[in-house]
Amino acid sequence: MEQEMAYDRQGKSYPVADFKDDYSGDKLGFWVFLLTEGMMFGVLFLLYGIYFYRHTAMFAFSSADLNIWLGGTNTVLLLISTYTMGVATLMMRQGKLKLSAMLVGLTIFIAIVFLGIKASEWGVDISHGIYPGSKLLDAKDTGEILFFGLYFVMTGLHGLHVIIGIALMSWVLLLMRSGGIHPEHTIVMKNVTLYWDFVHLIWIVLFPLLYMIGV
Amino acid sequence: MMPSFYYETHTIFGTHKSKILQWIFSIDHKRIAILYIGVLFALFFCAVGAALTMRAELFFPGQQLIQAQTYNQLFTFHGVTMIFLFIVPGIAAGLGNFILPLMLGARDLSFPRLNLLSWWLYILGVVVALSSLVTGAGFADTGWTFYAPYSIRTDSHVLSTLIAAFILGLSSILTGLNFVVTIHRLRAPGMDFFKMPLFVWGLYATAWIQVLATPVIGITLILVILERTLGIGVFDPSKGGDPILFEHLFWIYSHPAVYLMILPGFGIISEVLPVFTRRTIFGYRSIAISSASIAGIGYLVWGHHMFTSGISDIARLIFSFLTFLVAIPTGVKIFDWLATLYKGSIVLATPMLWILGSIVNFTVGGLTGLTLGALGPDIHLHDTYFVVAHFHYTILGGVVFMFIGGMHYWYPKITGKMYDEVKGRVAFGLMFVGFNMLWFPMFIAGFLGNPRRYFDYLPTFTIYHQLSGIGALLVALGLLLVLYTFYKGLKEGKEAGPNPWRGTTLEWHIPSPPPLENFSKIPYVDFDPYEYEDGEPLVQLDENFRRIR
Ligand code: HEM
Ligand SMILES: [Cu+2]
Repeated sequence: MEQEMAYDRQGKSYPVADFKDDYSGDKLGFWVFLLTEGMMFGVLFLLYGIYFYRHTAMFAFSSADLNIWLGGTNTVLLLISTYTMGVATLMMRQGKLKLSAMLVGLTIFIAIVFLGIKASEWGVDISHGIYPGSKLLDAKDTGEILFFGLYFVMTGLHGLHVIIGIALMSWVLLLMRSGGIHPEHTIVMKNVTLYWDFVHLIWIVLFPLLYMIGV
Repeated sequence: MMPSFYYETHTIFGTHKSKILQWIFSIDHKRIAILYIGVLFALFFCAVGAALTMRAELFFPGQQLIQAQTYNQLFTFHGVTMIFLFIVPGIAAGLGNFILPLMLGARDLSFPRLNLLSWWLYILGVVVALSSLVTGAGFADTGWTFYAPYSIRTDSHVLSTLIAAFILGLSSILTGLNFVVTIHRLRAPGMDFFKMPLFVWGLYATAWIQVLATPVIGITLILVILERTLGIGVFDPSKGGDPILFEHLFWIYSHPAVYLMILPGFGIISEVLPVFTRRTIFGYRSIAISSASIAGIGYLVWGHHMFTSGISDIARLIFSFLTFLVAIPTGVKIFDWLATLYKGSIVLATPMLWILGSIVNFTVGGLTGLTLGALGPDIHLHDTYFVVAHFHYTILGGVVFMFIGGMHYWYPKITGKMYDEVKGRVAFGLMFVGFNMLWFPMFIAGFLGNPRRYFDYLPTFTIYHQLSGIGALLVALGLLLVLYTFYKGLKEGKEAGPNPWRGTTLEWHIPSPPPLENFSKIPYVDFDPYEYEDGEPLVQLDENFRRIR
């Protein structure tokens, strides 16, 4: 399509930005969206900070109950997955479609493993009777109740984001097949990569807060 | 001539035969705006109905019409509907959606599909909120503030209201995001930020509040939901949680949300004034910048809602000080408007009347707000009818007046027809008198100690409540007359033509109602938004949107 122009009184022409296929607009929009996500997790971090300040000892004590090895493995997994997703975008830009699609697939796979590990961790806690509202937990010190309350909320919300990420990446794969994403049109790919970066960044903060303070 | 957007549209599925599907799946910002406006005002009238029921109960001391618990549910329904369903989306999603792209010289918002999604989320939120009227143990009785721990314990149906508020928040965030990107990307060539109309500035400041503050309330409400369903403990004092933290988080959103309701209204004032005084607005830049600074400072003042709920003295002092700071940019705006009026050739058409009325009411609301922002008086006035009168003065007398003024102002643009001036003015008169009669006595009742959120009062307060009740009736009549005027205008109004008010901003340079994609050619904007010469618009564009004067 031809670039549309607007003309001033002297007849000079200026390019008009259109709402269709506006690359910079799509990018800006996604950054603004990530800002809202940041505000949302920010509230949880704030709550965590306040209760940590009030119940420091109990938070450290409860944190020691979590399996740092599983959490650590998950951290490494997410680190690798942002790498694969990032390289996938690079390959896409270089026109290596097949490779790019494979890397996205790999990222999805890692994300699923992450969820599996997370689910098994939750499973162990729950089988020990530790979950929000359980009799066992509610009988404990308030610091512990608050720690586990926040633990389940924060990892739960993060897990939800991982699930959404998986859905988005699968959609990317579909788009690649149908030609909705190609080396000249990568905005969706870039935004999903950005999203995945964000999800991993959140985990990088969550991991020390939840798992490492008890070490 | 191009057919208007009433005759053609594009939907999310491309084109469509069915008229109804053409409306509910349209991605044209103008159609979506009209859908919003329709539902918004329908809900507004429901909430007014609830309010009239409350006022009827309050006409005499003692219990006559409704039970105490019904009253609790009524004021919650009234508050939730007015705030979350009506005024928060209100001007931005309704008028803003319609006018913003027109003012920028754009063919639509940046993300038309997202706009449709926001609309559907809004409807979903409305349905979920209203569903609790008919299911479970009845509508929530917590008040629109959902304070913990009561909201965790009550048997009434708060869960669906909370979920609804969350969904509505999501819708509001997406609208804000869409507006931010649109304003950054789709301004016509040449239109820099300080050539944008002031309504756009108001919407811009609003959009940032929507984007940055709404997620805070979103997650906070989710936490209350989880508290009720799972018992996570963060707001539950019996588990070590802190209900005061809920208040902090709630007001970190809800105070800025007040500005989110008001700033687009201020934008409307700044549009209407220059047109009906036929001169450039005074202090364009200071009005634009004050919108931004109100939005900014508005983030820092939430604590003034908590002077009586156990925060430290230092915090009280700081929040009180910051609250007074907000009055500065607001005052700047009001003085700019007054300066515009001064020596202007004022045309007292209906939109102008509503705008002038809103300035008067809002000033009363704002000044009593300062009274509440001062520590001493607030200890005395907190949770009395003084507070209720204060916020109705700002929101109903201020913002809703601005909204209705804006509806009259852009009525010819939206419908292509004119409404009847006489009816319009009478309706305004009824509303203005009724409104002040409705709420002014409540300042006094509150000052004398009548607490809010009670279905009953001591007999000494009877006279104030009865005056108020009569005022409420006048208000209701005024509103009905507004509605009737609009309806008649649609049926019998004469053709408005593109620019009946002799406005200068871009929307007045295109046909009314506008064609599907607004501008056949995008203009180059090398002029300020309000330029008049001898009472006539200075700038003229030819049919190709090239400037000829
Ligand atoms: C016809 C116009 C209106 C009338 C007659 C009216 C009347 C009332 C009454 C009687 C109350 C209860 C006071 C109490 O018992 O504490 C109330 C509360 C309230 N009103 Fe209105 N109102 C009107 C319009 C509005 C508008 C336009 C808004 C906002 C957009 C609004 C927002 C509220 C809120 C937030 C509350 C507090 C509810 C609560 O305590 O949880 N009202 N109103
Ligand atoms: Cu406030």
